[in-house]
This record gives sequence, structure tokens and C-alpha cells, in this order.
Amino acid sequence: MNFIERTGARILAPTIQAAGFTVTVGLRTLGRLGHLGRRRRTVMDQMHLSGVKTLHVVLLVNFFIGMILALQLGYELAQYGQQQAIGFAVAIAMVREMAPMMTAVVLAASVASAMAAEIGTMRVQEEVTALEVMSVDLTSYLILPRVMALTIMAPLLTLLAAAVGILGGGMLADLQLGVDFSGYMLNAIDSLKDRWVWWLPVPKSLYAALIKSAVFGFTIAVVGCASGLQARHGARGVGDATRGAVRNSIILIIVLNFFLGKLIFAN
Amino acid sequence: MIKLHEVRKSFGAQKVLEGLSLEVPTGKCLVLMGPSGSGKSVILKHIIGLLRPDAGSVEVMGQEVPKLKRRELAKLRHDMGYLFQHAALINWLNVFDNVALPLRESRDMAEPEIRERVTKVLELVLLADQDHKMPEQLSGGMQKRVGLARALVTEPKVILYDEPEAGLDPEMSANISAMIRKLQLELGTTSIAVTHSLNCALVIGDQLALFEQGRILVSGKPAEVLASGHPRVKEFLGA
Repeated sequence: MNFIERTGARILAPTIQAAGFTVTVGLRTLGRLGHLGRRRRTVMDQMHLSGVKTLHVVLLVNFFIGMILALQLGYELAQYGQQQAIGFAVAIAMVREMAPMMTAVVLAASVASAMAAEIGTMRVQEEVTALEVMSVDLTSYLILPRVMALTIMAPLLTLLAAAVGILGGGMLADLQLGVDFSGYMLNAIDSLKDRWVWWLPVPKSLYAALIKSAVFGFTIAVVGCASGLQARHGARGVGDATRGAVRNSIILIIVLNFFLGKLIFAN
Repeated sequence: MIKLHEVRKSFGAQKVLEGLSLEVPTGKCLVLMGPSGSGKSVILKHIIGLLRPDAGSVEVMGQEVPKLKRRELAKLRHDMGYLFQHAALINWLNVFDNVALPLRESRDMAEPEIRERVTKVLELVLLADQDHKMPEQLSGGMQKRVGLARALVTEPKVILYDEPEAGLDPEMSANISAMIRKLQLELGTTSIAVTHSLNCALVIGDQLALFEQGRILVSGKPAEVLASGHPRVKEFLGA
């Protein structure tokens, strides 16, 4: 092998191996869904850790995102005398894109990193090995509760994030751009009335947000747990695992966001 | 009961086991001694099925460990206990739940039966009154004893000890060694202990082996090994 081949093998082989391991962890987790009943207490604990404890950050970030959207869109729309449409634009942008993605980014930074650090520390301190030696099913005991908790909490957080973002946009539009708040809200609600299929009572944009955020939640937790399980070599290894978990989760969120958006809004 | 034959293992270019063979009869305890980093823990990891040998055979209770399927290995591990060097207690579980974990996860026992068994084992290691404490509230010696209780709670036929005295003061080290020997005689388990402490080895071992450079240099009853006159025994054990 020449220098380029050696370098490629050294970089690509571990990356492909790590990606394969992450996919395996995800598939194994899906295969353990039948264990949810006996893990319900741990799932509740994890929902509290991953959802309730990040709520304030999610709300704060999305409140400002809503205001930023309203500010930038408001200036542009005002040039054409269309500032009344701010509610429409902010609501669509928040529900379809910004709330699911920004919530996922916050969860990647706070929850994926925490999962990777916790499981990584357990790995380097031989706690994971101890579980293996005791014939404890690692996927069922460690991974499933964390993944399911985040898959449930991410859509709930996203709904709140979207609501707060729209509210933030409305407040800015009212105070800064002179748009009537009630008019803004009516406009925002109007924008979310499109149905996906006639028999579903919830707007398509909202379904899109829920589906996206559930997928993001699942992905973030799987990446966080898989990174932790692959941690080696003490504190430095845990640091590497944590950094990798955040980086890879954010990349996956953005890539998945594009494909899910394309799939859901294709027609 | 435990039989390794011509086991070879390398990590990259580093050869750790070079044709290692050993045998531990049922109910006996073999103590493995050797320099740090020589691969003693690697031997234990082969026996419990965490590592696979590059060549050779590892047999435990008549079963060829590397050839076992996942479920078969899990079943075999139910009959094995492992005391980790740093206890490796699950950090979010208290003492009682840590010890109860293997029983609860195997789902073979009802909760009242589990409580009874755990209490009994905690009494054996003199920690019955500490069952509510979290691992970080325990001293190193207490953590070791919890680890020992967890290794014993499934009533294993084989127990592997990875440096049971590591990180303990001489008094606690002597206590742990005496406790291991007492349990060994009471329960009749087959065991292998890796240690750097000659005192510990003399208390718990029926057999002693000096391991270096991937193979066993000398083995036998502790007194025989010490009297062997092997130059490395003199250098390493000061005997």
C-alpha cells in the first residue's frame, strides 16, 4: 500500500466500522421493543433526564429563533407592504423546519453528549464489561430506555418549541414591526390548516414536525449510545466519544432533515 | 473444570499469549502471578468469553468457550462469577440493587426469593447493613466486597478474581483474601485469581503459577513453587 492508500485505510476503516456499529445498535434496539414493558421505569427516568431537564434550553433557543425569523422576514416583507404575512411565514418555518431542527441540535449537544459520556465512562470503568459478564442484555438494559425516551420526548419538545417560536415571532412583530398580535396569530393558525390526508385531523406541517423530530430523537440517542459503547482508553476516549456523538448527530440531523422534508412535502 | 490448551493471542504485533496451557481441577483455586502488563487479565477474559483466542482451546465445565453461540455463552456465564479489579459496580444502583442485578436480569427468580438470596450474600461479605448505600459512598474495600457479593449471588461454579487485593490497604487486603478463601472452602467453587500479592496468593491459592512472556514459567502447589529455585521466582517473588 502506498501512502495515500494507507492514510485512506487508517481514516476510512474505523469510520465505516463505527457507522456499521451504530446501525447495528439501532437495529438491535428496534429488535428489543418487546422489552419496553419491563423497562418502563427506566424509560420514565430517561424521559425526565433527556426531556424535562432540557426543556428550558429548547424553549429559550426557539423563542429567539422565532424572533429572528420575524425580524428578518418582517424587514423584507415590509418593503412590499406585506408585513401581515409574517405570521404565515414564521409559523410555516418554525413548525416545518426550525423547531424540529433546532430542538434536535439542542438535544444532540446536551443529551447525545451526556449519553456518550455516561456510557463511555461505564465502558472504560469496566461497568459495561461487568454487565456483559453477568449476561445482561446491553441493548435492552442500557440502550432501549434511552432511545425510546428521546424518541418520545423529541416530538413533545418540538411541539412546545414551535409554539414558543411562533409566540416569540408574534411578540417581535407586534413590538418592533407594528403588526397586530391577534392578526399575526390568526395568520399563523391559518397557515397550518393544510391537511395531509382528509381523515387526519392534524395539519400536514405538524405531522411533518412530529415525524421528523421522532426520527431525530431516535437517531440522536442511538448515535450517543453507540459512541459511548465504542469509547476506549480512559478519559481521553470518553472525550473523543462525546465529541463524536455531538458531531455525528448534528450531521445526521441535517442530512435526514433534507431527505425527510423532501419525502413528506414531495407533492 | 477449567482447561486452556496451547492458547495464543496477539493484539496487533504484540504477542500476549504464546501457547499457554493450564488446568484447574474442580473445587480448586489457581493463583496466577506475573509482571504488570504480562497478560494475566487477558487469560481471565478468554475464560469468561470476552476475548477469543487466535489459536488453541479454552474449556470451562466441559464447554469450548470460543465455539459457544451468544445464548450458550450467556447461559455458561450464569454459572460463572467475576470479581473486577475496581469492582465495576453500576454507578446508579445502590448496593442491594447491584448485587440483585444478575438475578433480576436472568428473570428466573421471584422478587422475594431474590431479596432473600441477596440479603444472605451481603451477610456473607459483612455488608448487610450497607445495602442502601450508593457505590460512591463506599470505601474501596467495601466496593470490592460488594463486587464479591455480586459475583457470588448466582451461586456460580466458577469464579474469576482479577486482582482482588488491588488498591486496598494491607489489613483490608488480608480480610478480602481470608473472605475469598472461606467462601471458596464453603461453596466449593473452582477459581482462578490474578494477583500481585504473594500474601493473597498464599491465603487463597491451592496452586500457584508464575506467568511471563505469554506462558507459564513454573506452577504447582504454592510451597513447591516457592521452593523451586527458578530464577524468576526468586527475582519476582523474592523467594
